[in-house]
Amino acid sequence: MTLWLIALIPVFGAVFPSLLERSGRNACAAATGVVTLAALVLLLSRAPAVYRGEVLQTHIEWLPQIGLSFSFFLDGLGFFFAALILGIGLLIIIYARFYLGRNDPIGRFYAYLLLFQGAMVGIVLSDNVLVLLVFWELTSLTSFLLIGYWRHLPEARQGARMALIITGGGGLSLIAGMLLLGHIAGSYQLTEILARGAQIKASPLYVPALLLILGGAFTKSAQFPFHFWLPHAMAAPTPVSAYLHSATMVKAGVFLLARLWPALAGTDAWFMIVAPVGMATMLIAAWIAIFKNDLKQVLAFSTVSHLGMMTMLLGLGTPMAAVAAVFHILNHATFKAALFMSAGVVDHEAGTRDIRRLGGLLTLMPITATLSLIATASMAGIPLLNGFLSKEMMLEQVALTSYLGTPWLFPALAGLATLLSVAYSARFGIRTFLGPKRHDYPARPHDPPAGMWLPIAVLVFPVLAIGLMPATFAGAVVERTALAVVGGPLPEYHLALWHGITPALLMSLVALAGGAAVFSAYNRFDGIRLALLRPDAKTMFEVTIGAVTLTARRWIDATHNGSLQRYVGIIVGVIVVLGAVGFWSVNHGAGTRSTLPMTVPAVIAWIALIGASIAVALRHYDRVLALILTSIVGLVVSLGFTQFSAPDLALTQISVEVVTTILLLLALNLLPRTSARETRPLARWRDAGIASVAGIGIAGLAYAAMTRGFDSISAYHLAEAKPGGGGTNVVNVILVDFRGFDTFGEIIVLGIAAITIFALLDKSLKGAAARRLAATRRVEEAKDAHPMVLVVVTRVLLPLALTVGAYIFMRGHNQPGGGFVAGLIVAIALITQYMASGYVWAAERRRFDAHALIGGGIAIAGLTGIVSWVFGRPFLTSAYDYVHLPVLGEFEIASAVAFDLGVFLTVVGVTILSLAQISRIAQRAERSPDTDSPMDIRFATESDGPVAIADPVRQEK
Amino acid sequence: MELLVASATGVLVAVGVYLLLRGRTFPVIVGLTFLSYAANVFLFAIGRLAINRPPIISPNASGYTDPLPQALVLTAIVISFGMTALIVVLALRGFLETGSDRVDLDTLDDARAPRKKPDPGRGDWPA
Repeated sequence: MTLWLIALIPVFGAVFPSLLERSGRNACAAATGVVTLAALVLLLSRAPAVYRGEVLQTHIEWLPQIGLSFSFFLDGLGFFFAALILGIGLLIIIYARFYLGRNDPIGRFYAYLLLFQGAMVGIVLSDNVLVLLVFWELTSLTSFLLIGYWRHLPEARQGARMALIITGGGGLSLIAGMLLLGHIAGSYQLTEILARGAQIKASPLYVPALLLILGGAFTKSAQFPFHFWLPHAMAAPTPVSAYLHSATMVKAGVFLLARLWPALAGTDAWFMIVAPVGMATMLIAAWIAIFKNDLKQVLAFSTVSHLGMMTMLLGLGTPMAAVAAVFHILNHATFKAALFMSAGVVDHEAGTRDIRRLGGLLTLMPITATLSLIATASMAGIPLLNGFLSKEMMLEQVALTSYLGTPWLFPALAGLATLLSVAYSARFGIRTFLGPKRHDYPARPHDPPAGMWLPIAVLVFPVLAIGLMPATFAGAVVERTALAVVGGPLPEYHLALWHGITPALLMSLVALAGGAAVFSAYNRFDGIRLALLRPDAKTMFEVTIGAVTLTARRWIDATHNGSLQRYVGIIVGVIVVLGAVGFWSVNHGAGTRSTLPMTVPAVIAWIALIGASIAVALRHYDRVLALILTSIVGLVVSLGFTQFSAPDLALTQISVEVVTTILLLLALNLLPRTSARETRPLARWRDAGIASVAGIGIAGLAYAAMTRGFDSISAYHLAEAKPGGGGTNVVNVILVDFRGFDTFGEIIVLGIAAITIFALLDKSLKGAAARRLAATRRVEEAKDAHPMVLVVVTRVLLPLALTVGAYIFMRGHNQPGGGFVAGLIVAIALITQYMASGYVWAAERRRFDAHALIGGGIAIAGLTGIVSWVFGRPFLTSAYDYVHLPVLGEFEIASAVAFDLGVFLTVVGVTILSLAQISRIAQRAERSPDTDSPMDIRFATESDGPVAIADPVRQEK
Repeated sequence: MELLVASATGVLVAVGVYLLLRGRTFPVIVGLTFLSYAANVFLFAIGRLAINRPPIISPNASGYTDPLPQALVLTAIVISFGMTALIVVLALRGFLETGSDRVDLDTLDDARAPRKKPDPGRGDWPA
């Protein structure tokens, strides 16, 4: 099954128009059209199965633990919408080719359009609600991009932002609602959810879920009071308005109501909320539409009104009303998209969309005018056109509806809305196309090229065909779609032109007459409108957004004042308070586990640690002293690890200690050597108080933990280390085997840290920092920068240290050692060369690139993991074997050793890169350039002047 | 022995937090180092203390201490080195850019002003 392809072809096809941007507009349009056509053909190839009543499904598990699967299904409803989206999409692509100007970047436009198209198809075909939500958000985003396509226009940017905030906010509500729905139904598969309607409606969470989902649907489909974003979205190019904001995206909300109809509809809550919201939207938008002068604004409000009508029909909750809703979705998509495109043509050819400057276009652009007038008549609901039929069905259903015990309320309101829609349609059609020719059009109106009117004609054809022979042209589609909406048998109904004299027909006639009356008395009604309160949604929206921004800004300023001390104080304070609450709310006392006896060496070490720590706290402003004292603490910690059976930790701690000390010494080279004494003793005491409480808390917690027994999962690791992992050093086996994936992640983090350090200190060091660095003069400089004893000793030690490193690495799997420690030891051996002989000397002799070491190390570790795939095992499964070699005898090879090699290389690379980078910076601040070879023993002679090593750094590259 | 380890952890935390609350970069870095020590020792201690029972499989061993916290702490030690190196370099770069090693913004007014991109090329930064 390839259902998912239908959605993904447009999404991935979006790269073609962007790539073909330079090949011209025709190539772009052709590529886009082919992509859409491919998806459409694929969809239509499924038509026979769908119209046999099958539901096609495809299902790929993704993250089954959270109910996420990449699954799609195609039934009548999904097919109907997908066909609308792709079919109208194709027409829009052709139309847009001629609509957009030469200066508009057409590749970007088509790319956005295809992205939108794929997302929209994704919504209507998704079986998994989580996937549906992703596509839903994607339509909001692409709609934002398309509305803001003309970036230079402020109203485009504002309209785009407004649409994004409203639909994006609704999207959040929808996410919550859908998660709740999935929770109630016990599945995130739509097909499952739809089958469990009774269970959902009986749940106490039904109403919250319903409200949240409606929040999403109403914002997307521009229902009152969220309707105002849609007219502002008309700042988009007209093809976008026709496609997204009339035919497809705004119907996503209606689609959702239809899709979830079996699961949610039919309850009192559904009827009481959805129906009146739809009715209010229908009525209010129709009233506003009468008085708009911009053609697109008239159409926008008309769209809102029609969306309200569909929502209202679905809200009635009866199967027959659902049939009417489906029928109207079809009809509205045809006539409204056609009208939008006509408005675009008028704008294009006459130079204005202002209804007051138009009129008499019928003779000037006869094709466009004829097509538009037919579509307008359908919008007004004039007989023989499809708009009339679905409106009749709507009125018929409303006539049977009693709301709040008032049988006349809904029929009256619906009749009024229909009357108003006749009025705005009349104004739209008559004022634009009929009447006398004018002489002051901004441009010379004429019919556009066929590429622009043909898409309109293709849409106007069904307007007539369905209007005349509904059962032939729309019967099957409506039936199949409505069956999918209702999820059960449909009532008896007939799509026909003539039903006899019914209440609905009478209401229609009244509406037609009334609408004509309103149109002829336009000025009087305009007076009424001006006398009424006219809240401007945009102003209200801007005020709200402004207030929210201001509040957020105040809140940020109040809490984030830029004081790290304050932040840390608050964080520690909160932790202390939470800890205290926890402490007092349970019984507390020492545990009963037997403790180890104290020994004299341990007490001495303890005293050294406590003494050094407190001295650091008291004398931290003397930075070099603080550093030395800190390394005493590190030493005691590693001694402690040795004492308590952790040889690996002791080795690692002591190596890291060396590296850290070197690092901080290097940094102190450039940072001030002392901190300024603080002037606020009160603050010091306060901080000391916070710190003491935190320390006491941790000490108590540690003591409580250590004096209690516990269960550990380590028995497994101990038992399996040798037979499963092939090593006797359990810590190392855990690192490279049991928890190898963690270690893999950690060396990646290390690599990222090193590269960040490189970036911070390399290319970006210019401007003020570079000047300050150049101006830094060592206050005092050792007379002998590279003491001979140090240089000789480090060089002699280098091979020895490397050997030790190799040894520690090799034995790591069985004895204390391994990649981390070995890497640190090797790095220290190399770093000491930098220290002893200077950066330039060492850098020139370094034969490897630290970046390559990091990358290579991570790559080796990763490849070791991937090799397991070749053998059909999960990532990083280890294997080992015994190899017999002549002379050397039998020894063991474990794949984990290769992984450890990756760790080793990464650690070496990270350490070298970080330290060398700092020492390089420090070197730039030195007063005199280094001599090229500090210990090729030389005396103060010719080379003491400025030596001709212009920029040793550059030579290194 | 447990008392010694627990109290030492407490002191390390206290000194670490105290230094973290100082206003200059270097004490803050040292404070983070202390907190790393404390966190590592604490994590390690959760595996309980044992003497002469290294987790190295051997036929002569009388028992093994818990290897899992050790493995966690081992990577934590290395990672905290990476973190320290990064923060040192951040401090260094910050100092070189601004000429000040304070951790706070110089004046609180700066925080209220509209956030603007610092321009290192401008001459009016505090030297």
